[in-house]
Formats: sequence, C-alpha cells, structure tokens
Amino acid sequence: MLHLERTMNSLKGTADWISLRHVTEKTTFRTVRDEKPDRNHISFDQGVMVEVLVDGHFGFAGTSDLSDSGIKRALHKAVSIAKAAALHKVHAFSADHRPVAEGKYSSPVVKPLDSFSAKEISDIFVEATRAMSVSDKIVSRSATAMIVETHFHTVTSSGSDFEQRFSIVSTDFSATAGAGGEMQTRSDSGGLARCLQIGAEVFDRASIIDRSKKLANEAVELLSAENCPDTSMDLLLAPDQMTLQVHESIGHPLEYDRILGDERNYAGWSFVKPEDFGKLQYGSKLMNVTFDPTVSDAMASYAFDDSGHKATKEFLIHDGLLIRGLGGLESQSRLNLPGVANFRSSSWNRAPIDRMANINLEPGTSKLEDMIASVERGVFMQANKSWSIDDYRNKFQFGCEYGQLIENGKLTKTVKNPNYRGTTVKFWNNLKAVSEVRETFGSPFCGKGEPNQVIRVGHTNPYCLFTNVEVFGA
Amino acid sequence: MNFTEKTKLAFNAVADHLLGNLKSHEQALVNLHAEESLFVRFNGNKVRQNTHVEQRSLSLQLQKDKKTANITFSITGEIEEDKKRADFWLEQARQECDLLPEDPYQVPIKNNGTSDSTFKGTLLSDEDVVKAITAPAVGTDLAGLYCAGPIISANKNSQGQSHWFATENFFVDYSLYLGEKAVKSIYAGTSWDQKAFEENLAQTKNQLNLMDRPKKVLQPGAYRTYLAPGAVAELSTMFAWGALSFNAYKQGASAMQRLADKERSLSPLFNLRENFSMGLTHQYNSLGELAPEKLDLIKAGELQSFLISSRSAKEYGVTSNAGDSGESPRAMEILPGTLKKDEILKELGTGLYLSNLHYLNWSDRLNARITGMTRYACFWVENGEIVAPIADLRFDESLFDCLGANLLAVTDFQEIDPQVSTYESRALGGKKIPGMLIKDFKFTL
Repeated sequence: MLHLERTMNSLKGTADWISLRHVTEKTTFRTVRDEKPDRNHISFDQGVMVEVLVDGHFGFAGTSDLSDSGIKRALHKAVSIAKAAALHKVHAFSADHRPVAEGKYSSPVVKPLDSFSAKEISDIFVEATRAMSVSDKIVSRSATAMIVETHFHTVTSSGSDFEQRFSIVSTDFSATAGAGGEMQTRSDSGGLARCLQIGAEVFDRASIIDRSKKLANEAVELLSAENCPDTSMDLLLAPDQMTLQVHESIGHPLEYDRILGDERNYAGWSFVKPEDFGKLQYGSKLMNVTFDPTVSDAMASYAFDDSGHKATKEFLIHDGLLIRGLGGLESQSRLNLPGVANFRSSSWNRAPIDRMANINLEPGTSKLEDMIASVERGVFMQANKSWSIDDYRNKFQFGCEYGQLIENGKLTKTVKNPNYRGTTVKFWNNLKAVSEVRETFGSPFCGKGEPNQVIRVGHTNPYCLFTNVEVFGA
Repeated sequence: MNFTEKTKLAFNAVADHLLGNLKSHEQALVNLHAEESLFVRFNGNKVRQNTHVEQRSLSLQLQKDKKTANITFSITGEIEEDKKRADFWLEQARQECDLLPEDPYQVPIKNNGTSDSTFKGTLLSDEDVVKAITAPAVGTDLAGLYCAGPIISANKNSQGQSHWFATENFFVDYSLYLGEKAVKSIYAGTSWDQKAFEENLAQTKNQLNLMDRPKKVLQPGAYRTYLAPGAVAELSTMFAWGALSFNAYKQGASAMQRLADKERSLSPLFNLRENFSMGLTHQYNSLGELAPEKLDLIKAGELQSFLISSRSAKEYGVTSNAGDSGESPRAMEILPGTLKKDEILKELGTGLYLSNLHYLNWSDRLNARITGMTRYACFWVENGEIVAPIADLRFDESLFDCLGANLLAVTDFQEIDPQVSTYESRALGGKKIPGMLIKDFKFTL
C-alpha cells in the first residue's frame, strides 16, 4: 500500500525540492449500438510522478511501479535528467513556483457512480437506441457514456498535501439517417460535449429517451433540408457550438505556453503577443470572458492546479478588452504577467503545462426570443461537427450539425451542413447580442503538448449573435 | 536486467498465471503495452521540460459464455505484485460479464500463431541527449521534442497464441524559426547517428534560409499546387478517420462511401495500400491475427477493399482481412508515380509549393471535403522558381477532386512519415508517402 507522506520522508534531502503526485483513474466506456452492446471497457490506470528541483530546473520521472524501490528509482532518474538539463534550462525556477498547498476537493455528486450498475446503464442505452427508431431512414443509433473516477494526491518536501477527487460523466446519443445518397447525423450537442462533474443522477431515463427521439427526428428532417446558403449574414450560435468557438478562438490563443513558443512545434503559436494585454480590443463591449474553476459542475473545476496554486475566478477579457492570459506560475515568471492556476497534467505520466480550464463567456442581458426577433436574415446553428483553426488561432472554419434560417425575425426553414468561417478578432468584434441564459458543456479530449496530453475542459456559455459572418453549406 | 528483459519475464509469468486461472467456460486474451521513455522538450534551443516514464499495462478480454468484458490495468513489472493485480481484475471482469447482456458479435478466441521479435537500438544515454541536440543547433531558434526508449507490444491468449514485439527507437520532431517563419523536420530511427542528425539539421537550416524573404499574401482561389510528402502525409490522415473502415461505411460514417458505391472516383494515379513489409510496426493486430503483408485498399483510383475487423465480419456476414478494432490503416503506403524530384518546380510552373498542412477536418464528410491550413515552409513559385514564402492560407477541398481528376502527377520517390503520437503512450508505426502535383487546389481564407 502506497503511503505518500512516509515515502516522502524517506526521500527528503536528495534534491532542492521534491514532489510526489499519485494518480489513480478509472475510466469506463459503455456503448450500445442499435440496441446491442458495442463497447464495454474499463481502464484502471495508476502511477506516481516524482518531480524534483535541481539547480533551478524541474525534472520529472513517472512510474507505474509504486514500491519504495520503484519510486526511489524514479527519484534518481528525475535528479539525473534534471542535472543534465540544468545548464540548458529555458528559465531558472525555484520552490516559489510550487507554493505550499493543503486541502481537499471533491466533485459535487448526488448519487455516487458506483450506485449505478453496468446493467442499469445498458438497459437505459438499449431503450434510448430503440427510441431512435423513428423512421426506416435511420441507419445507425448509438448511446455512449464515458465515466471517469479519478484521484490526484500530491505531497511535497515543502509541506504541501492536497487531494482532489473527480467524478465525471460524458455522454452522447447519436442517430444517423440516410436516403437517396444523403447521410445526416444528429448527436446530443456534438460528440461528448455533454460532460459534467456529476454522479449517476446524470442517467435520467426520461430525459435521455426524449432527447434521443428528438435528435433522431432531426436527423431524418435534415435529409430533405436545403443546404445552408453561401453568403454573409447574421449568425446565432447555441451554447453547444459556443463551447467550440470559445475554446478554439479564446482559450487556446490566451495560453501563455503558446505565447512563449513552447507549443510551436505541435499545436502552434498564438496571434496574441505579451504586449497585447491591457491593449487589444479582442471583441465588442458585450464580451466578458472568465477563467472560472469554481463553477460547481463544470468539467475543469478544481481547488488547486498541479503546482499547488490555488484556483480562483479571474476575468480574461472585460468589456472586450484583453486583460489577462492563461498561464501558471512558471509562465507568469517567464512573461512577467499575471495569470491563473492552470498548470495541469493529464495524469501521473506527464509533466504539467498551461491548460485552459473552465473558460466561460459571462451572460448578457438579451432574451433568446428577442435576439431572434432582431435578425432580418441570418442562420441559427447548433452542435459542432467540424473544427479547424490555424496554428496562430486566427483563421477558423467550423461546421455544425443543424441549422435554421432566421428570416424577418423568425426561425423558418431547417438547413443542412451549416458551416461558417472567419478570423478571430474581427469575428468577436462583430458580437452583437449575448443571452442572459447559459448552458454548460465541455470536452474530455483537449489535445496539446509534447509529449502529447489530453485534458478535460469546461465551457459555460450563452447564446450569441454575430453580424456579417461568412456562412456556407456543402 | 534491462526494461525489456524485465518486462518480458513479468509478462510471461503474469499472463500465464492469469490464463491458468480461467474456469472451464472462460476464454481470455491478454495484451501488453509497455514503454520506458525519455521525453525532452525544447524551446529556443533550450530545455523547457524533461520527463522519464516507465509504464506497463495489461488489457484483458474475458469471454464467459457469450458475454465479453474488457479491462485494462497498470502493472509494475514486479511479478508477485502483478499476479495479485491480475487476480483482482480477472474477478472484476467476471462480475462485469455477469452484469452485461450477451455480445452478439463476440469474436471467438483462437490461436493465431506465435511470433517473437526484439530489435535492439543504439540510443543516446539520457545524460547526453541535451548536448547532442543543442550543440549543433547553437544560433538557431529550435523548438520540438526528443523521444526515445524501448516500446513493447505483446499478447497471449487461452488458446496458446503468443506474440512479442519489442523495439528501441527514437525521434526528434522539431522545427526551426526565423521570427514567425518556420521549417519542420523529423529525424527518427533505431540507431542514433550524430552525423546524420547534424545533416538533417543542416538541411532544415538551408530551407529556413529560403524563408528569409517577405511573405506573399495570396487571395483565396484555386491554385496549381505541389504537396510535398509531409503535406500528403497530413492529408492521408483523413483516410484513417473512418474513411476506410467497413463498419463506418455500414454505419453511414465513411468519407469513401461514394467511392465504394461508384458514385465518385479517384485518379488512376492514386494507389493506397497496407504494407507491413515496411517494417514500421508488427503485422499482428490486437487479437493476434496476422494481417496480410500487403493489402490494396485503393488501386488505380478504385476502392479494392475496406479494412474489415473480425467483429465487423461477424456483424455483417463478410470476410475479415484482419483489420484492427478501429479499422484504420496501421502501415499505410501511397504508391509512387513518375514525377522526378528535379522536375517538380518546372512541372509546377506557377503556383504553390506546400511542405506541410495543419489541423485538417471534414467540412463535408459525405463528399470527402476537407478543410485545413498551410503550415511551415510553403512558397509561391513562378515559372519554376521559388519567389517567396506565403502567408498561411485555409483550404477547403474534396479528396474526390484533388486525388481525382485534378491529380496531375505523383512523385517517383516516397518519404517515411514516422508515427510520433505520444497520447497516453508512444505509438508504433508510420507511413510511406510520395509528393503530389494538383491543379486547382481550392483556398478559401
């Protein structure tokens, strides 16, 4: 049985500073397709990341061998590679970049995940895929859940001891309809975007069946819909698509490790320069964006990042003006700019890097019906299905599953294959209205880093109306 | 005992222990992934972070009557501890089987043979890596990742099947910068050769010198375009995104549906196959089935076969070709053509020379339409001469056009595009890809 505090006591003195981060993570996938079991897989991963500070450089060594000898071997490896790199380090760090932290965090859970059996999930999912049989044009019906129970526990030689337990469920229900050479898919808000820190209460049978029927009907409806027109017009985005829009065109370009160039060889750089903070009018006055790890059920809510930095809500963009970026204590020192607590790793086998967490557009004052009524000619798009943006996070093109034309203030025809493209700052400066209501979505799979890491992100967003956007169909 | 030897001893002992504990109505398959990796991340030709990782995991598939449970769990390499973990997770798998409905497409476990391959490499010592890379790159702005160490994939099953594949390899996936202009390269292999790395670096520096001119800003439109092997490799990743999966085709999610249904066609110049003789990964899949050494998927522009797993074969009543569970290519090769390297610029004439593409996604899957960006060393060419690097462009183009009637020529040479993915663990494999000359490649932003 691993005892972190005892192990730490036996290691003290071998480096200028030491940390042990023990991670256990159980991930369960359940998929039912066409009323039959398709994928049932449980993964249980655990290991320890040993982190040391030597000559102003942090070295990392992760191991799945949790014995005393395994951890000591990792410690010696971390020390030796830190020494080898210290003369060529990108910046001189100190133990101040790892503040002392104590405390515990747990996801808000009403009904614990282990109170709900594989059979109960399977039964609901069979019923959900059966409910999607709304037409003989439906060719594929699926229901998926990704259930994560994870525990991070960190102790350091400087006295930190903090634990965080996360209970996370991501679901998707999806139907594909086909006829006459056409294929259309509707999902439950786009892939696994419906993801929360939550318990088994998320498996609400009535809600799941209702949503499954609705999206199957919409898939069939799309088969006979016209293509989205190719033109420039007003664009109203639902909160599920705003998730992607905020993530790609605000979250990533504000990450300090991108601005510093750490990420240039993989995910890319950023059009944002250090001198832009406090000066760049990123969007219209209606644009207020926060880093908010305190939202109760969002994917990336937590009390501390992996450095021990306490997580607090911070404004990134206020009245459209860029004021703060997404960087942990190391990046803040390198850039001499204020940041946030976002130095996070995917698991025990990766070093932390700057990640977004919950990045949210704050609510506005408009009612959705008034926003629609204000549009003479536009399109309302829901549920992301395609995303691409350049390595500076400037030129983007995004596609949605379901579109509806807005004509003379009313939703009229459904349109298929709705896409739009633009450039980041121009697009956000065309933000014309923001709804007072918001919904929370996210992603379990934000990829970044060398070596590569996926991380969980949350986005709570309103409906947003943009003017003069280039939209197009297939 | 080194990492590979220790892991082999532990895997054999623990897998045999687990398989030996099965009951009469149970069958099982055990897959191992293990790696010992050094990752060194560079920025500005300095070390940003360095991480050493030792990880091992076992994936158990238990078949109990017509029920199927799949469980992956970490192991330590210490035999007695790992036997305890195997006992625990076998019992969990039994309980999982009791709760789940019958699996109608369960693939019966059988003996698909035995293989045992261990390839030793010559790798830099962990302490020498930083100097070996930064010293010849002094004066450059280098960013990227060095990754190296043993990587192991193995499986055993209750019918006596046993496969073992271990290799030691490395890659330096890097780019050099001149302000915002950059050139990308990868040096990879199994035996580190300092001279070869320095030659690779010198070539990249030379390419970067070509970027030292003002950028040309082009208007959206259709341009005659040469895609270098690195750009075609990025384009080819879309074939791994469900396009060649038989299950995706049956579920309405394959971008090659219209090719399969003979509604659209690709160029007779376009040939794509699986080719395990390249030796970039093992031939057996995660069930231990031996894939054909070579398998034509698209030949002279026509679909020859989808990749079909045994599970899909059972569901749809067709014959498996040992596609892995995701039915994506594992050893993709796009065959060469006749365009010679020294004739590329002349044949391009006036247009775009693109070394790399970035962030591709379907903009209309049914029509195999893709959007993405140009990236790194991309140039405007006039009358066969490189004139200037370009400001990045967004493209939106159908494979049925750019690999169809608009495909003018394929190079007579190919380049290896090694697998450099490190999500959760290091991936094996790679592709062999030529360059392509295309007319009217469409740019939108």
